[in-house]
Amino acid sequence: MKARAFEYVRPQSVEEALRAFGDADGDAAYIAGGQSLVPALALRLQAPALLIDIARIEELHGLAVVRDRLRIGATTRHFEILNSELVAEHAPLLSKAAPFVAHPAIRNKGTFGGSLALADPASEFPTMALALDAEVEIASFAGDRRVAIADFFLGLYETALQSGEMIRAVHIPVATAKTRYAFDELARRRGDYALVGAGVNAEYDGDRIERIGIAFLSAGPTPMRARRAEAILTGSRLTLEIIREAQEALDVDLDPPGDEHTPVEMRLHLARVLLGRLLGRLEARP
Amino acid sequence: MNVSAGSLDRPNSYIGRSVSRPNAKRLLEGKGRYVTDLVLPRMLYAAFVRSPYAHGRILSIDTDEAAALAGVRAVFTGKDLAAICTPWVGTLDHFKNMKSPPQLPLPTEKVTWSGQPVVLIVADSRAIAEDAAELVMIDIEEMPALADPVEAMSAGAISEELDDNLCFSMKLDAGGVDEALEAADLTVEQSFIFGRHTAVTLEPRAIVADYDPSENRLTAHHATQTPYQFQDVYSRHFGIPEANVRVIAPDIGGSFGMKLHVYHEEMAAVGASILLGRPVKYVADRMESFVSDIHARDHRVTARLAVGKDGRITGMEVDDVTAIGPFSSYPRTSAVEGNQVVRLMGAPYDFSAYRAKLSVVFQNKVQASQYRAVGHPIACAVTECMVDKAARELALDPFDIRGRNLIPDDSYPRKSPTGYQFEKLSHEVCLSRLRSLMNYDSLREEQAKLREKGILRGIGIALFVEITNPSPAFYGVGGARISAQDGAVVKLTPSGEVHCAISVTEQGQGTETVIGQIVADQLGVDRAKVRIMTGDTDMTPHGGATWACRGAGIGGETALQAARRLKANLLSIAGFILQAQPGELDIREDWIIEATTGQQRISLAEVARIAFFRSDTLPPGTQAQLSVAHHYAPQGYPFAFTNGAQGSLVEVDVETGFVKILRHWVVEDCGRIINPLLVDEQIRGGVVQGLGAAFFEECLYNAEGQLTNGSLTDYLVPMACEMPDIEISHVETPTRDTELGAKGVGEAGTAAASAAAMNAVNDALAGHGAVLSQIPMTPTRILKALGKI
Ligand SMILES: Cc1cc2nc3c(=O)[nH]c(=O)nc-3n(C[C@H](O)[C@H](O)[C@H](O)COP(=O)(O)OP(=O)(O)OC[C@H]3O[C@@H](n4cnc5c(N)ncnc54)[C@H](O)[C@@H]3O)c2cc1C
Repeated sequence: MKARAFEYVRPQSVEEALRAFGDADGDAAYIAGGQSLVPALALRLQAPALLIDIARIEELHGLAVVRDRLRIGATTRHFEILNSELVAEHAPLLSKAAPFVAHPAIRNKGTFGGSLALADPASEFPTMALALDAEVEIASFAGDRRVAIADFFLGLYETALQSGEMIRAVHIPVATAKTRYAFDELARRRGDYALVGAGVNAEYDGDRIERIGIAFLSAGPTPMRARRAEAILTGSRLTLEIIREAQEALDVDLDPPGDEHTPVEMRLHLARVLLGRLLGRLEARP
Repeated sequence: MNVSAGSLDRPNSYIGRSVSRPNAKRLLEGKGRYVTDLVLPRMLYAAFVRSPYAHGRILSIDTDEAAALAGVRAVFTGKDLAAICTPWVGTLDHFKNMKSPPQLPLPTEKVTWSGQPVVLIVADSRAIAEDAAELVMIDIEEMPALADPVEAMSAGAISEELDDNLCFSMKLDAGGVDEALEAADLTVEQSFIFGRHTAVTLEPRAIVADYDPSENRLTAHHATQTPYQFQDVYSRHFGIPEANVRVIAPDIGGSFGMKLHVYHEEMAAVGASILLGRPVKYVADRMESFVSDIHARDHRVTARLAVGKDGRITGMEVDDVTAIGPFSSYPRTSAVEGNQVVRLMGAPYDFSAYRAKLSVVFQNKVQASQYRAVGHPIACAVTECMVDKAARELALDPFDIRGRNLIPDDSYPRKSPTGYQFEKLSHEVCLSRLRSLMNYDSLREEQAKLREKGILRGIGIALFVEITNPSPAFYGVGGARISAQDGAVVKLTPSGEVHCAISVTEQGQGTETVIGQIVADQLGVDRAKVRIMTGDTDMTPHGGATWACRGAGIGGETALQAARRLKANLLSIAGFILQAQPGELDIREDWIIEATTGQQRISLAEVARIAFFRSDTLPPGTQAQLSVAHHYAPQGYPFAFTNGAQGSLVEVDVETGFVKILRHWVVEDCGRIINPLLVDEQIRGGVVQGLGAAFFEECLYNAEGQLTNGSLTDYLVPMACEMPDIEISHVETPTRDTELGAKGVGEAGTAAASAAAMNAVNDALAGHGAVLSQIPMTPTRILKALGKI
């Protein structure tokens, strides 16, 4: 389990990093926290000739609220999300999900941008970004562009990022007094990728749901929005009947993987149970 | 005869005391030296190309491109190594008609499991060896894989050397079973499935094989429990005189039985070193461990229990089919597990009508063999689940039905219907102790209250019998060159300190600590002045080493007897020096004292100084014997059986199938306890492995015989967050076969943990008409049993 030989550079700026990628004829990879890439290299699932280490590029790092958006720099570490008061106030759903991301040692290194770029359908942050209608700010030679999160995840480990493009930051609409949210997942062991997990981010108008974002992890090839369930819930009060209808809609919304040991029906069942439980415990911003 | 338990306030009385491990600090500071850390001059690194198929015929192997890569020193295939290594066959004579195909380091004709090493590459670094491995072209004609154990019984032989896939079969019949079933008020029947799992040691398998052609000498630095066994194996199969083979087992990061079997990779590394005349290092990486370390368990059991209206068990019938991979492991075989399963069934209970059938079958998966608590968890889970099932049908409490059936504590010695001889067990005491330890009655009350709130808790208990301190009846009688005796050399250093080299080995469980306690205790010296050395065939006497719960019981007795002999020698020399009768002297706190008054007469350092440097002052004809070599082999009962009881409390979420393990209790009788701290650690570690089997660990294969979860992401090892507090209590029934009185304890936790957990889950689900009889009890299986999916 040793990686193939590769070159390594540590550029100081995004500009420099993009250039290094361009010069490598596409046979390169950005490395941020390395918590997913290094194992892939060791297993020889990936073998780029050049690693471009972006973990210490100053401009990629940090949290800030800009108008009604929380800006999360790409190399912001998982533990920073977990501990940030800014995140707790403006994107509390992320704070809720953060303790479920791996283990402390991995959270110390792993980055928000790396997690989104990898687009593992079992990962918490990409899925929460989807529930929160985030926007991804992408840097490239051709200039920066922004992609709505709904258009970012294209398939299994496949995103809107073109070769050489880099996530610079992620922008998340901030929570308001009307926001209600909940996160939970069902993992066999603490810190494992879950069998199923979900985040709910709702805006209330009185006792009615005005808007709701529900996203599931481990429930399809990408992080999955439960659009039908959302449609059923939007404009409604939460009654047992409505919740049941929303749960049933998940059969259409989700497309979980399955095998003999964890059948599709198992994950769907757990998704329904989870949605019911989450809707029953939506909470307001602290 | 047992030594007195020793009052704990006597100076240097270490037996029975919770003292810390001298080597723990070194390991914690990162100063451990494992095989992986070893770098020798001119050392090369090995990597293997493995079979992608579970079964197939090797058509061709093209190694040219790999061999041409810069930094590659050699590429070996099956034929190269077959030329210098004789095949091995994993059978034992006392398992009648047992058969197994001969094994070579690398295959020459066929591959029989996915992950089997086929080509060995030796290079200047492991990374280069892996680069070269990508360049090897192997053409294998895929053949149908035999993955299912039951199918294996009737399918064509996967091995060309054999006619069928039956490795070993056995029938036991103590008589009276048909009559008992006929007459029974109640017959309970159940089928069970026990998944395959594996050891997952922190340190993987590793070897540095260092062959020196100038002396025809092989030194193997080998992460193993059993250096002497491997000295024998390397000597015989590579034709090197035994005295020229040295096996050194340095710090070992866990073994659990996994590191005492012969593996193809280690044999190939030794062969490569012989062919190249250079040291060759092989360290299994985690992915390799999953497809090449032994797996364990894998049983399909059907059982029937005959019970009277009064809850009395009158007979039992068992059929066990267990699958072991394409061959039986060497040199201990893969039949021991099944043998112990069918012989330990029903062991705690007082009935004689017993019948069992065992079939050990081959299949296209990696070899399965002895792993912590060999056979025990299967026998225990089947027995204890059947007993609970009977209790449920008769509306008896689990404690009650057991109380009615236990072998009474005052009825020993006893022989089990399967031929085991029990010297003295303590089931009744253990069961009642467990009841109070668990606070059973209030647990039941709490359970009932929570049930009203929709919270489902389950309480399960299980009794067990464990095999420890094996005599030659285990392996020696079957023709295996595996020692049941141990040896120690205890010596006084010129400064009056003590050195003990002993054949039992340390894998992290504290063997060296326990031996040090015994030696210091028996000699009357400070523990800090006793140095223990293990794990080197050149430096310690030959012996069985540490496995099957024998380190403390047999190794400890060896150390005790050796230390007493050295003490007698020391007192005799001191007698000459002091012109006193040795019988009037004793040793305490490193001093020779007047036995009656305790008055200090002369320090051991002074005795040593005189004996080593001023022997001219001793009377003529006196030769001070300050080193003692001593061997000990168990001679009384063939095994020292131990027993105990475990309890489990779980909470089941019937919507998700998830189980929270809330508490676990163990009452254990391992005879004389030498170090309560280490004994409790052994029990806790063992329980965690048992709970791992119950809820998490399983090697999953698809129909093509591919392991589908062979990584630490997918194979679920039990972790601290999911583990409950484990409360322990002890009963001490020393064996009278030794002076020390210690029996084994390393496997006790594992033996019954999964059984107790299974009973707890079934207790929780009792009202829901669901019965779990397959482990691990995964959320999927629980929801299926509940009919939710
Ligand atoms: C044992 C273990 C358990 C884990 N458990 C979980 C878990 O429960 N939940 C979870 O969500 N994650 C888990 N992870 C993954 C972890 O969160 C990773 O850190 C994360 O998925 C990737 O972030 P990274 O910064 O480490 O990315 P890297 O490993 O450095 O990179 C991952 C990929 O993203 C690309 N990349 C990185 N940054 C950028 C960027 N700014 N722009 C474009 N491309 C980029 C890289 O080129 C690479 O292809 C686990 C990891 C381990 C080792």
